[in-house]
Amino acid sequence: MSQIETFYEVMRRQGITRRSFLKYCSLTAAALGLGPTFAPKIAHAMETKERTPVLWLHGLECTCCSESFIRSAHPLVKDVVLSMISLDYDDTLMASAGHQAEAILEETIQKYKGKYILAVEGNPPLNEDGMFCIVGGKPFLDQLKHAAKDAAAIIAWGSCASWGCVQAARPNPTQAVPIHKVITDKPIIKVPGCPPIAEVMTGVITYMLTFGKLPELDRQGRPKMFYSQRIHDKCYRRPHFDAGQFVEKWDDEGARKGYCLYKVGCKGPTTYNACSTVRWNEGTSFPIQAGHGCIGCSEDGFWDKGSFYDRLTDIHQFGIEKNADEIGTAVAGGVGAAIAAHAAVSAIKRAQHKGDQE
Amino acid sequence: MTASVKKGESVKDQEVAVQGNTSEEMITRKQTAVYVYEAPLRLWHWVTVLSVITLCITGYFIGAPLPAMPGEASDNYLMGYIRFAHFTAGYIVAIAFVGRIYWAFVGNHHARELFLPPFFSGKFWREVGHEVRWYLFLEKTPKKYIGHNPLGQLAMFSFFVVGITFMIITGFALYSEGLGQESWADMLFGWVIPLMGQSQDVHTWHHLGMWYLITFVMIHVYVAIREDIMSRQSLISTMVGGWRMFKDDRPD
Repeated sequence: MSQIETFYEVMRRQGITRRSFLKYCSLTAAALGLGPTFAPKIAHAMETKERTPVLWLHGLECTCCSESFIRSAHPLVKDVVLSMISLDYDDTLMASAGHQAEAILEETIQKYKGKYILAVEGNPPLNEDGMFCIVGGKPFLDQLKHAAKDAAAIIAWGSCASWGCVQAARPNPTQAVPIHKVITDKPIIKVPGCPPIAEVMTGVITYMLTFGKLPELDRQGRPKMFYSQRIHDKCYRRPHFDAGQFVEKWDDEGARKGYCLYKVGCKGPTTYNACSTVRWNEGTSFPIQAGHGCIGCSEDGFWDKGSFYDRLTDIHQFGIEKNADEIGTAVAGGVGAAIAAHAAVSAIKRAQHKGDQE
Repeated sequence: MTASVKKGESVKDQEVAVQGNTSEEMITRKQTAVYVYEAPLRLWHWVTVLSVITLCITGYFIGAPLPAMPGEASDNYLMGYIRFAHFTAGYIVAIAFVGRIYWAFVGNHHARELFLPPFFSGKFWREVGHEVRWYLFLEKTPKKYIGHNPLGQLAMFSFFVVGITFMIITGFALYSEGLGQESWADMLFGWVIPLMGQSQDVHTWHHLGMWYLITFVMIHVYVAIREDIMSRQSLISTMVGGWRMFKDDRPD
């Protein structure tokens, strides 16, 4: 990696024709919601800009983000994005291993101080001084802090790095925390999802490389272009929701007719992601299209919100799991009984003291 | 009358015939009335009543929808209508509540009771204690109050004012999700969603808030009826006509 090539040079070297390259630029512009005039800009950027070094760290995770990423169906992406970005370190994908791999990490940090992008998949556990996740003989926590110190920007891949995900679910024995809890002085782009959609991942990277800046983020640090709307807002079953047509049981007529899955626990109305527009596996389908409700995997703490098949959240208090309606009816019932009892005593007292006040 | 009537308060005395407890004897007793709730305040009360009922019913059916509608999706719009009713009633409650806050500034001093219980007054808490004992049947007679009794004032603040404020804020935060980012609702209330965790948490809290308000309404209605019968002043008719009637002329 001593002589950094431009993206275009890398693509050409890999046997990609100029025609395919331009097609890729137009498709990327379209995927990012940009107008046709942006295609030449993307092409120009790729022809002139040096590849940006990317360090891809893996903490506590399941590698589903990587699995998703390498399946990006966007034309050329499988071959190109991995070359586009100068992916200097990714212990899952890189050829080298052991000391050699760790040396590359160190070299990149030194050589491109303040210029490289740090992509983090997974998160650090804090309990027992971080001993629950060891990379290269050291706690992942140390590696993360070390690599983050000189990064230009940080991408939090998936729900693990963004929110904590399953390893941070109750009772979280390893005290796994999302990366923004340990890195507080750098811009962090959250790309949540378990995993995130491949095209969303490549889209975010392409945006950053093309424009040399972070995509516009929402309040919680997610790129607005992919996370500004709920699954529900763009769901193709939405007309059935508005009409009041629901799947009541998994084998009923409504399920066969493709009614709204709200009553069987679809989390689409509370989940911000691009599944209902970008979809998965080359835009083939997404969970709701396959007949199963959204489980809300890109939302904070989605493992701890109770059943995937119930709209209401479990509320963990006093060691009992109840949802809002169970608590509400119990309280209202209790108050109702108390009112009835109080009214009865009041009536008796009044009868006893009738005339006392006169 | 001895209940402390403030300056400028409309008071009228009237002679009323009351059925005495000694057989057939009619006694005449002076009954005092004070003008407490002004017309805009009464209007606000009943508008809020209707809207909250609408909100609870429609809100419940948004959380737990009715059985599926038959026919084509294009022929039905049930959830759409339910949600429309919920949002409209929500707007009405919120705007009316803003109007109510305005009225606390320009209305008579009873209009401020809801918002400013005198938390730092020893007398207030002693009278709360008295009122609690009255409800526990430990006091034979309640005290007379022109406005809210101290316990009532405390309950109105902690149940209603806090409850409805919470519901308006969480409600518009959820509404902002539909309007979209950078909408006015998102600008004003969108911060609530990350504060509570995520959208689903806000839904859960909003849902619990409904049960909080339902509990308030149950107690509110019961106590109003009970006080109307058992206390020494009118309650329900006061919120209709604005005049507080006192049933006896004895001191507090």
